[in-house]
Amino acid sequence: MWKLKRLGARISHFGIVAAFTIFAAFPFYWMLITTFKKTSDLLKTENNPFLFNEHPTLEHLRYLFSDTEYSRWLWNTGFVGVLVVVITLLLAVPAAYSLARLTGRFGEQFGIGIFLTYLVPPTILFIPLSRVIANLGLQDSLWSLVVVYPSFTIPFCTWLLMGFFKAIPRDLEEAAMIDGLSRFGAFVKVVIPISVAGILTVIIFTFTLVMQEFVYALTFISPVSQYTVSVGVPTFLVRGDVYFWGSLMAACFIASVPIAILYNFFVDRFIAGFTVGAVKG
Amino acid sequence: MTDKTMVVAEKGGPRAEARTGRLNAILDSKEWLGRLMLAPAILYIVLLIGYPFFLALYYSLSDITVGSRTMHFVGLKNFKAVIQTPTFQQSLKNTLIFTFVSNALVLVLAKVLALALMKDFRGKWLVRFLILLPWVAPISLGTIGWLWMLDSIYSIINWTFQAVGIFGPKTWPIWLGVPHLAMGSVIAVHVWRLLPLATVILLGGLSSIPQDLHEAAAVDGAGFWRHLFQITIPLVSPIMTVAVLFGMVFTFTDMIVIFVLTRGGPYDTTQVLASLAFFTGILGSDLAEGAAISLFLFPVLVAAAFVFLRIARRAEVA
Repeated sequence: MWKLKRLGARISHFGIVAAFTIFAAFPFYWMLITTFKKTSDLLKTENNPFLFNEHPTLEHLRYLFSDTEYSRWLWNTGFVGVLVVVITLLLAVPAAYSLARLTGRFGEQFGIGIFLTYLVPPTILFIPLSRVIANLGLQDSLWSLVVVYPSFTIPFCTWLLMGFFKAIPRDLEEAAMIDGLSRFGAFVKVVIPISVAGILTVIIFTFTLVMQEFVYALTFISPVSQYTVSVGVPTFLVRGDVYFWGSLMAACFIASVPIAILYNFFVDRFIAGFTVGAVKG
Repeated sequence: MTDKTMVVAEKGGPRAEARTGRLNAILDSKEWLGRLMLAPAILYIVLLIGYPFFLALYYSLSDITVGSRTMHFVGLKNFKAVIQTPTFQQSLKNTLIFTFVSNALVLVLAKVLALALMKDFRGKWLVRFLILLPWVAPISLGTIGWLWMLDSIYSIINWTFQAVGIFGPKTWPIWLGVPHLAMGSVIAVHVWRLLPLATVILLGGLSSIPQDLHEAAAVDGAGFWRHLFQITIPLVSPIMTVAVLFGMVFTFTDMIVIFVLTRGGPYDTTQVLASLAFFTGILGSDLAEGAAISLFLFPVLVAAAFVFLRIARRAEVA
């Protein structure tokens, strides 16, 4: 009886986990399958969609990379991503150190204040910003995104890095300062090198935020060649009544899964950023 | 704290100042260095969040359009005009339904999933990775996956249900074309997207409960439900609040899922405030009215920030 009950618990546990996993991952699995199916196979409703009723094909991938601007969009996203990462690091790293070490109790309050600006969504700011961008002459240019994206990466990354810097023992910097380094010197030569893990987290996180951003890119940019992936695929590849599902799914899969794998290694730190400080333990 | 700065000042103070003067003094002074290192970030935030925010307030009280060179102050006219339109009322209602229903679902499902993931089992890392996918992948692209799965002719969901005999061939639902189904689909996709975040946050909370508490409860003979409601839920409630708070903010202000799946249709039945602001302000060129609509998102953010600060304060005291 006891054994039977345990077996039942195990089966229901397995069932719950399996159901959630399928719910979460099925769309990506489906993208992958669709990518390699011939269009004639996809569009024949009497075919079993789970099977390859005709031979798999690479035609959709060829079309995507040679007949659309997809590779250009990937390049654009990378370009914006790298520049935004640089700007974010240059501003957020010193600010976080300052709030963690140099500004005392006021730093804690201010840190929370900065974090709260992360909650102000693009959907409130995009209308005035579209005008600001036009006045700066950056409309339709990738530079508009380079300028605007740090406004949401800096608050979160500053907050994340604050936690990192606080965890470093003060003795390390103090020893360096006794050895003759200035406070700033100690920050550059001692604190930054041992915070590599934190800085790497911020880089990955900033990059994913740039890849995900949609509203600003949709608002500021209209020429197809200047799109980023997250806007180009849903606005340009999805249009009219004829959907090229094969290449569309390929486009989605290629741009989402590799970055997800990378992100996965850092997700715990990122979640800690959401909760640590706000809720300790 | 203070004696350490004193030591540094005594040691490098007078001589260093003689050598390179002011710069060194600044690089060594805690106060000045602190301000100097913080200033650029603050400036960026003020210029790109603070300034546009006030501009949004100002626009909402003006008659600005995309092409206009001048603007005039018109008071609350935009707000009054907007509130009276049926589209706005519908969007407000949709936004509330969208937010509350999807977050209630996320909360319950995340709790179940987090409890299931507390146990160790083989292949857990892979399950965790797969469950995180919807949150990590760019949401506009993940949603296109759903667009394909919910297609009116080629929907894999319909096909599967027909294969197991739930739908007949003539009764396939057109998920994105019928008002209630469209709302349901949009909510489902949003739940799909938010669930990983809430689950991982809750997992963090669950694993921070001391093991002896669980053991003590087991010794006292508490059953599963009693254990859940008297130990687990009270102890993770602050962290649960944070999860819900982020979920609410992300849902209330989101337009991506709706833009990709339905563009607000059919007949505005899935239109939300954020997407309506986009269609009015950017595509419709009426910046003033668009700004007014988007500002209706603001009270919710203030409320969220308020709750967040209260939790942060309580955590500090504890």
